[in-house]
Amino acid sequence: MPDRPIWKSGVTLAIIAAICTSLVAATWQLTAERIEHNQQEWLERSLRPALAGLFFDTGVTESKLTLPPPHGLPGSGPAIIYRVYAQGQPVAALFIVSARGGYAGPIRLLIGVAMDGSVTGIRILEHRETPGLGDRIEIIKSDWALQFDGRSLRNPEPGKWKIKRDGGDFDQLTGASVTPRAIIKAIRETLIYFAANADSIFARGDD
Amino acid sequence: MAADLIERFKIGLWRDNPGLVQLLGLCPLLAVTATFVNGLGLGIATLAVLVASNALVSATRRWIQPEIRIPIYVLIIASLVTCIELIFKAWFPELDRSLGVFIPLIVTNCAIVARAEIFASRNPIGSSILDGLVMGTGFALLLMAIGAVRELFGQGSLFARMDMLLGGEPMHGIVLAENGWLFLVLPPGAFFCLALAIAGKNAIDQRRQTSRNEIPRRARRLNR
Repeated sequence: MPDRPIWKSGVTLAIIAAICTSLVAATWQLTAERIEHNQQEWLERSLRPALAGLFFDTGVTESKLTLPPPHGLPGSGPAIIYRVYAQGQPVAALFIVSARGGYAGPIRLLIGVAMDGSVTGIRILEHRETPGLGDRIEIIKSDWALQFDGRSLRNPEPGKWKIKRDGGDFDQLTGASVTPRAIIKAIRETLIYFAANADSIFARGDD
Repeated sequence: MAADLIERFKIGLWRDNPGLVQLLGLCPLLAVTATFVNGLGLGIATLAVLVASNALVSATRRWIQPEIRIPIYVLIIASLVTCIELIFKAWFPELDRSLGVFIPLIVTNCAIVARAEIFASRNPIGSSILDGLVMGTGFALLLMAIGAVRELFGQGSLFARMDMLLGGEPMHGIVLAENGWLFLVLPPGAFFCLALAIAGKNAIDQRRQTSRNEIPRRARRLNR
């Protein structure tokens, strides 16, 4: 076989690269809008349950605040706070924080806190806990996450913010106590943070 | 023609099944098959990439010099996977979230590069598309079978969360038991299921082989 000049291979490669790139670009053009829409919708949909029973008239995601570490909330990455209003008055704050100390990596947690310092709802956004055991923290798998609704720093009293096995007030999950411990700790830390910083959270501008 | 088609499907689905016989693409096979719907989702994605990459490789095979064929395969496969990922994000966002990194990781599924090298680079486009179709279907069926077994015995349900593909409210599927054999949901369960599937296939093949050998012998005896 005669030696082919290297530039020929280069040109072939470039042409195929151009074809492939335009293929990706075309697909992106077709899907970008839908993807953006999906992400926004997913965010709204996953945030709303943590505001059960509250009246608010703004979009949940409208007033976003990102706190770079160190922020005093659970988790080492940036924490996100959404502020929710009704007729211009603050109603609640939604925290997206990471609970550490789970069985497998951080657990992304959504915690809604009303102005009186009580939990309006919590949801698990992301986790890698053991399927069949720790994953019952997900609302689709069990009602475990609902027991925090309406709780606050004084309900139960500070010493009872634990799972029952540790002498606290909260249900554990059969066979998994590491995961609930991590989440309960993160909720409590968030409530403490809210109690200390509620005013400054609502005083700051949007991102 | 029809007989040829059936023969090709037999090869892809059974005789040369990419997962069971060629043992290609084990990484996604083991990682996502904890539930049926995940297996089905990744199976469809892999099938689509395989058909498209076979078609593209076959269409460009006249211009691809042997020295640069591997970078070209990588280029083609990577672009196609990116397209599939965008499509999943746009139309099956839930499934995309559930499969996570394993959709982009289809790039590393050696079953795809293997079919490009072994088949598509040497055969006309129609035949290559058919090859992608049968091999991809074989792979997808294996993913679905292992997913179904692991979900059924591991979590006690079947076809849960089909809404990720079909849309609508979260579906719980057929729930037969509250809990299952946890071991099957964990990664080692995937290895055991695959091993059982391979062993089962080999056993069936062996039995067929012996019965095929026996029939003529018996026939001869009868003739005597």
